[in-house]
Amino acid sequence: MLELRNISWNVPGGKEVLKDINLIIPDGKLVVITGPNGSGKTTLAKIIAGIVEPTSGSIFLDGEDITGLNITERAKKGISFAFQQPVRFKGITVRDLLELSAGKELNQAELCDLLGKVGLCTRDYIDREVNAALSGGEIKRIEIATVLARGTSYSVFDEPEAGIDLWSFTGLIKVFEELKKKNHGTQVIISHQERIINIADEVVVIADGVVRNTGAKEKILPTLLASDKTVGGCPVEMRGAK
Amino acid sequence: MNETTKEILKTVADFDGEFKGAYNIRVNGACASRQSTEHIKIETKSDAPGLVVTIDADTIGETVYVPACVTEGGVDDLVYNDFYVGENADVTIVAGCGVHSDDAADAKHNGIHRFFLGKGSKVLYKEKHIGTGKGKGAKRINPVTDAYLENGAVLTMDTIQLSGVDTTDRKTTAKLAENAKIVVRERLLTDGEEYAKTDFDVILEGVNSGADIVSRSVAKGNSKQEYFSRIIGKAACTGHTECDAILAGNGKVYATPALYAENEDASLIHEAAIGKIAGEQLLKLRTLGLTEAEAEEKIIMGFLK
Repeated sequence: MLELRNISWNVPGGKEVLKDINLIIPDGKLVVITGPNGSGKTTLAKIIAGIVEPTSGSIFLDGEDITGLNITERAKKGISFAFQQPVRFKGITVRDLLELSAGKELNQAELCDLLGKVGLCTRDYIDREVNAALSGGEIKRIEIATVLARGTSYSVFDEPEAGIDLWSFTGLIKVFEELKKKNHGTQVIISHQERIINIADEVVVIADGVVRNTGAKEKILPTLLASDKTVGGCPVEMRGAK
Repeated sequence: MNETTKEILKTVADFDGEFKGAYNIRVNGACASRQSTEHIKIETKSDAPGLVVTIDADTIGETVYVPACVTEGGVDDLVYNDFYVGENADVTIVAGCGVHSDDAADAKHNGIHRFFLGKGSKVLYKEKHIGTGKGKGAKRINPVTDAYLENGAVLTMDTIQLSGVDTTDRKTTAKLAENAKIVVRERLLTDGEEYAKTDFDVILEGVNSGADIVSRSVAKGNSKQEYFSRIIGKAACTGHTECDAILAGNGKVYATPALYAENEDASLIHEAAIGKIAGEQLLKLRTLGLTEAEAEEKIIMGFLK
């Protein structure tokens, strides 16, 4: 179980972005964190992975306080993170990156399985560099494959749908559903997408740096949709891909 | 052949106890072993120390090895090797070099290679350099490569220097006739107080000739690198020169790509990008469980692969 206790984060020398966040992410659940742009969702995801240090508060993983652990230590504890804007590497191939993720050499069948899940043909991609020649959609799918390759207990996806094309979106939903079905572990997905929220076990709504609402998808989604109709400022995007 | 020689040969020329095909092993300025084949003749140069390697026309798929080893301090080796590649031959030339010093005296190798590529011939030239040994003597390698490409010839140079060479001064010139191409992939890693200079001068004389020169380098510690590259386009031709460098520690890289277009149909491009490892790259690899040092190592090795 992942637990955030009284997490706050300030822009250095600036405003408070996250204000006393308390959250429990139960094991084996798919939890979607949603909310308007600028509400602090990405910061919260990065705090879980150790990329951003909270100004105050604590994080517990299976009862252990991991607040003081750095990114590497948290990764070794079983937390994976898919970046919203994946980084590119000159010279490092898709195979290299997936093998680094898996922590071992991967055979053709394993590579096929991983890349197939994100809709890429292994033959065309394994020896390609993860560089600027890849499109935004391709690099995003590879980023998600790195998290799948790790197969850890906790996976955090920061806006996995951002910059992704229509196919990828449909495939992406399948990836999350499959992970959920096989109960590979706990997934935390930062997303605006109704179709992703639709497959959540639980939804957390963050706005203005605080948790506005939390609960089962069946309870939260109607309120988000209603808010969209009445206010027009709902975080949820009604269509498939952006 | 002593262990140092074997180690150097293994590193620079993938030597596993024997070479298959034509070869000449040079150790401390002398020929240690040589073999010619039906289509590749290796002979002693008559007017200077070195070799004349003659590759018959239409020789396909053969490899010739001409590695050089300096295994002790106090050796200042100078060698002139000429390669004559017959028309339509398609061969690989492996010419690695290792310098080793366990004492206070310098170990030095100067290899001057000339390539004469006949019409339609193709050569893959592989050159790996390394410095080894715990002595205070400096390990120095100064290669000079002069290439002359006739109509339709293609020279691909795959060069790499990864560690232990205190100073290197690398000079490459090429002159290309019609439809000839030169492709260079250079990788350099310097550390400590090492210094590396690399200088390309390519003249595209023939119509539809082309050059693609890419140097990737990493300067660590207090090391310093200088990159000069000049492509001169004298006809309708294409040229691209690129220096991509990563700085780590107090490393310094000076890059000076230059283009001289002397024909209105010459299409020439240069690029140079120098910087430290992007913080996002380190973050990504750390989220995969690597430490910062491991991540840096992977990024550098990938970059130089």
